[in-house]
Amino acid sequence: MKIVVAMRQIADLVEELEVDASGADIDREFVKFVSNEWDEAALEEALCLKEAHGGEVVVVGVDDVDFDQTLFGALAKGADRAVKLSCGFEGWMPTAVRAELLARWLKDESFDLVLTGVQAADDLDGQLAGVLGARLGLPHAAVVVGLEPDGDGFKVTQELGGGVTLTSHATGPLVLGIQAARQAPRYVPISRIRQAMSAGGIEELEVEAPTARAPKVTRLFAPEAKGRAEMLGDKPSEVAARIVELIRAKGISVS
Amino acid sequence: MLLAAVETRKIFGGTTHLERVLFYLLSLVVLVVFFAGLGLRVKKYMAGRPLDAGRFRRARVPLEKPGVSAPIPLAQTGVDIAANRTVSRRNHAVGGAHLLLFWGFLGLLAATIIVGLDYDVYGNLTRIFGGKELSFFKGWFYLGYNAVFDTAGLAAIVGAVWLAVRRIRDTKSSVALDYTRAQKPKSGYSRAAMTAGDHLFIFGLILILFTGILLQGLRIDAAGFPSFERWTWLGYTVAVGFGALGLHGSAAGSAHFWLWWVHILMALAFVAYLPFSKALHMISAPANLAVRDPGNTRRLPSPPSGHAGYQDFADFTSKELLGFDACTKCGRCHAVCPARTGGAPLSPRDLILDLRQYADRKRGIPMVLDWEERPDQSGPKNLEGRLAGEVIEPATLWSCTTCMACVEICPVGIEHVPTIVSLRRSLVDAGEMDPTLQSALENIATQGNSFGKSSRMRARWTKGLDVPIPDARKEEVEYLWFLGDFASFDERLQEISRTLARVLTANGISFGILYEDERNAGNDVRRAGEEGLFEMLVEKNMEAFSKAGFQKIFTTDPHSFNTLRNEYPAYGLDKPVMHYSELLASLISEGRVSLSGLGRKVTYHDPCYLGRYNRIFDAPRSVITSAGCELVEMPRNRTNSFCCGAGGGRIWMDDSVLAERPSANRIREAAELDVGYFVVACPKDYAMFSDAVKSTGNEDRMKVVDIVELFAEASGELALAGAASEEAPES
Amino acid sequence: MAENDVVVIAERVVGSHPDVTFELLGKAKEIASALGGEVHCLVVGSPEGHECLGAADHLHLVEGEHLWPYNPHAWESAISALLSQLKPRLVLASTGTVGIDLCGALAAQSGSMLASYVVDLSVEGASLMAVAQLYGGKLMAECDLGEGPAFVTAIPGSFAGHAARVDGVADATSHSHDGADARMRHVALTEPEKTGVDITSEELLVSVGRGIGSQSNIDLAQELAEVLGAGLSASRPVIDQGWLPKAHQVGKSGKKVKPKIYLALGISGAPEHLEGMRQAELIIACNTDATAPIFEVAHYGTTADLFDLVPEILDLIGG
Ligand SMILES: Cc1cc2nc3c(=O)[nH]c(=O)nc-3n(C[C@H](O)[C@H](O)[C@H](O)COP(=O)(O)OP(=O)(O)OC[C@H]3O[C@@H](n4cnc5c(N)ncnc54)[C@H](O)[C@@H]3O)c2cc1C
Ligand code: SF4
Ligand code: SF4
Repeated sequence: MKIVVAMRQIADLVEELEVDASGADIDREFVKFVSNEWDEAALEEALCLKEAHGGEVVVVGVDDVDFDQTLFGALAKGADRAVKLSCGFEGWMPTAVRAELLARWLKDESFDLVLTGVQAADDLDGQLAGVLGARLGLPHAAVVVGLEPDGDGFKVTQELGGGVTLTSHATGPLVLGIQAARQAPRYVPISRIRQAMSAGGIEELEVEAPTARAPKVTRLFAPEAKGRAEMLGDKPSEVAARIVELIRAKGISVS
Repeated sequence: MLLAAVETRKIFGGTTHLERVLFYLLSLVVLVVFFAGLGLRVKKYMAGRPLDAGRFRRARVPLEKPGVSAPIPLAQTGVDIAANRTVSRRNHAVGGAHLLLFWGFLGLLAATIIVGLDYDVYGNLTRIFGGKELSFFKGWFYLGYNAVFDTAGLAAIVGAVWLAVRRIRDTKSSVALDYTRAQKPKSGYSRAAMTAGDHLFIFGLILILFTGILLQGLRIDAAGFPSFERWTWLGYTVAVGFGALGLHGSAAGSAHFWLWWVHILMALAFVAYLPFSKALHMISAPANLAVRDPGNTRRLPSPPSGHAGYQDFADFTSKELLGFDACTKCGRCHAVCPARTGGAPLSPRDLILDLRQYADRKRGIPMVLDWEERPDQSGPKNLEGRLAGEVIEPATLWSCTTCMACVEICPVGIEHVPTIVSLRRSLVDAGEMDPTLQSALENIATQGNSFGKSSRMRARWTKGLDVPIPDARKEEVEYLWFLGDFASFDERLQEISRTLARVLTANGISFGILYEDERNAGNDVRRAGEEGLFEMLVEKNMEAFSKAGFQKIFTTDPHSFNTLRNEYPAYGLDKPVMHYSELLASLISEGRVSLSGLGRKVTYHDPCYLGRYNRIFDAPRSVITSAGCELVEMPRNRTNSFCCGAGGGRIWMDDSVLAERPSANRIREAAELDVGYFVVACPKDYAMFSDAVKSTGNEDRMKVVDIVELFAEASGELALAGAASEEAPES
Repeated sequence: MAENDVVVIAERVVGSHPDVTFELLGKAKEIASALGGEVHCLVVGSPEGHECLGAADHLHLVEGEHLWPYNPHAWESAISALLSQLKPRLVLASTGTVGIDLCGALAAQSGSMLASYVVDLSVEGASLMAVAQLYGGKLMAECDLGEGPAFVTAIPGSFAGHAARVDGVADATSHSHDGADARMRHVALTEPEKTGVDITSEELLVSVGRGIGSQSNIDLAQELAEVLGAGLSASRPVIDQGWLPKAHQVGKSGKKVKPKIYLALGISGAPEHLEGMRQAELIIACNTDATAPIFEVAHYGTTADLFDLVPEILDLIGG
């Protein structure tokens, strides 16, 4: 079984994000980039599958700030290959563009599964799994929480919301957006990452400049600040009424 | 039998040639067994890893502190052993008894050697070379010998009986003597053999000593009470006793004959038994004390090359293997361990015993009545399993707070903490850890702090200060203040950090901080077993230091203090490192500040990493008393302080499994003192104990305060916001 | 004119039509009228319960062998086929199953623009302008979807004010689609287990702190949670006391929760606790201490005593 895991960097949400001079993107100079947490889940699922059923895990992604760190981390965790695509693109990469670049590389690869995170925090133009699936003409599914080889294909379990899950049988190759792996992403000790770094081993590939289109961002801004709690007073009956009102306003039905 | 003309006695009184041959043959066998046993052990140690500067010696680094990170001088160890100082610490009764037995036994050993020298060496040599068998075992020498070694015999008997009585009396009530495991194997276990072994050892010893004295009495009685034998005062007294009982002459002679054989057989058996039993500690304990180096705990050793952590037998150092053999099961570490006290599945004693059993099984060394039995092949019986994870359970290893209480009290100088950390390293390497620890380590790796906050937020606590804190990267300062994560990021502690900043500014101290360049110092990261991350943090911090201009460092956090002071020098840090309590104390002692009396009754908690680790006991106390507070000491104070439970990475782990958190245990202890304030000198303590004061329902009675809050209030120059200025409970 | 039409894909993959579909229909009407087009609603799978979708001008009921229960692959081809007939200007869906599972692919196949996580949408001149919530809600992006066909997936609740639940359907067309593609077939649909506690999946959490006082008072909170259909969570002291099992703990050493509403009763708001619930959409705190830090993060607060407040709420909603 050969599993490709598409990974990417994302601005670290613990940072305070600032908008750059153009007003249409975050200030990328200033912010810290980390591996997308859902991609880490996808990697974990791939590694678990490999450990259980054998095979090969190839990590791929478009170059970005500190992306080497993520790739070395993946190698240290047990990925067999790490591939970095570059095309000179800088800044906020739309999903459509990312999918186009990945599809170009994947065309020449053989694989059984492409796993990626169900989403990333800046997925303005949609989530990768579906867009990439369409580009490759392959069946795809998102919000995947379960994956197991099954006969000639895979048993794929997706979350449909409200705790309902759907299990389908699909024959590969497949593109899946992983919501959660069977276990929390493993810890990789820094010494192993350092070993991976000194061993090198990232394959770097130039790819053609993308052509895909995406919505044009005209303004990026912070939502209005919330500040301190609005006090509802201390008369229990009135407060109770307000609370019930607030709950209903959130679209939660209470009798 | 004729009266002897000179003051001496026959060594083999009344024995035939056959019996002599028998005795020598038996002795030979016994010596072979003894040395074979010792040989097996020594070979075991040699199979371990040598340290980096000799088999039992580690390499020295710059700036070692005597009594802290420097090895203990041999002379001191000699005195410690001779005076049984480590045995009598915090337990003078047992220490005294052990001292009697120790010197008594050594005396009797010397007596035996002297007789052997005279009869077997001097006698034979003179017979062979001079043609006539001579002896120096006569005259004044003989008289003095008997007088001195009878005293030794009595000392040994009194000591041994005392110890035996105490063991029988206290086994039920003493935590230390209770052999129940802290970690309960699923299959069950039995330590009955160990208990039997203890009894065999002490009662066997008493019997040997006792029969020796009786023999003397019988001999003197049989010899008709020669008057010079009055020098053999104990034997003579016993002989008088026999006489009074009507035992005389040949009856006493034949009783002597039989008892002599009983005594000799027991003594020989003891020698053979020694290397395979609890008695081994007579050799291994002083040997281990001679190579002990508690600095190993303060400055942890690096992992074995090629392995992230300990994986199999060969990873243990020779020193560790010797240490395992030195354990006497005294249980002192077991009694003081906060993990064990809190109900965690860790007892340092059990850990050492498990590792000893594992090592002995691996090497095929048999033991006499010193086994723990189990129906299955788990734990130390699991010779093929993973050392960290199967032989020793992960939960056991993760329970340690690295408080060092065990290392501090162990009478034979065993260093549990480095071994625990070395085993943890394997768990970390396999990614086997608490999810909360994992996320803390991930946060530290990516953000440089355990809070997972952006490093740019690190100096945010300085907002709200009237005088901004100089940036040590931009201007030269005298002191670089290294805050640590808690003092920087924890909202409750930020106010205390601001108070300290105000106090220092008001007193004209030149200090600065590293702003976003400060990283977690890595003390607890290292102790959690993440060596690679520790090294990365050291590199980052050293890089930041190299960009800053300062002469000394002071820290808020005792944990950071420990690693900066004791571990960073190996990575090139050459500046003195202080704790803020020392800085405050020096302001007082130099008369730079006058404090007004607060008139409060307080108690003080010694943080493990400040007190036990770094021997700073008086600086915080002087701040407290100078602030006019009456200090009521905790029952467990200074080197015997009880851990808050946060160290060694425990603060990042789930402690809800504990029956009682160590911090709650500590607050209960303080609640007995009738004080209104619980004073701390560590940010983690502030967090842990504030929580514990609430959870134990002591909020109305006791308030947790930091020494700097007392200082600030007593110096009166500062209008304090926050805890210290609030209405304080009356004490 | 078809090129100004708006299509809403009903977000019903299981059970009955959820609120978000009506929100989308409401918004679709607004956009369609601005564009001068009509609103189509696509209902895939089971036609059951479609009567309340009367807000759409045209209803398309797509049925076929593999479409019910939900099968993403079959749905995609069915919707794709229908969209290529309808050729709408805008396709609206929820950033739920339809949005995340299907819209990316549908937009890519047709070469349309797509905006997801949208919370606001308007027509400006010839362009469609959308506002999306990105970076975990930390930033909003306003974007121009241009003049061509576009897909928008909206966050449920964004157009709540537009919700249009209208009974009686004007024009319903049935379509049959043979979604049979051997590459993906249905195996099972599983309802959530009722026993296991999972406070992270609750929309509404009633959370109690040490202020609850004792084990016996937990029953009161439990009753409130049941009546509200909410989950019951707690701060650590409550767990430590053994009043509730560990699975209920929120915070640093417990679970991180992001419910729509977090009702904190008798919780002071220690940093370790805030770490676990700060991201709740709406936080309502009840604490007798007006200076409790919980009020720094709460959106609404009250200093009423929880033992007075909770019975009042129970009274109100007939507990
Ligand atoms: C390492 C570490 C990890 C921790 N992890 C967690 C964690 O994961 N989760 C967690 O929650 N805590 C955690 N804590 C504990 C945390 O520090 C606090 O102690 C805890 O959150 C306080 O819980 P509380 O708010 O319920 O209690 P308190 O702080 O005691 O607050 C009780 C509140 O109830 C109010 N109150 C009392 N009576 C009433 C009434 N009748 N009506 C209304 N209000 C009333 C009081 O005014 C008070 O503010 C951790 C602590 C440490 C040190
Ligand atoms: S260091 Fe402290 S917690 Fe760890 S084993 Fe020793 S006494 Fe126990
Ligand atoms: S390790 Fe030391 S303190 Fe602990 S039981 Fe053994 S000898 Fe005693």
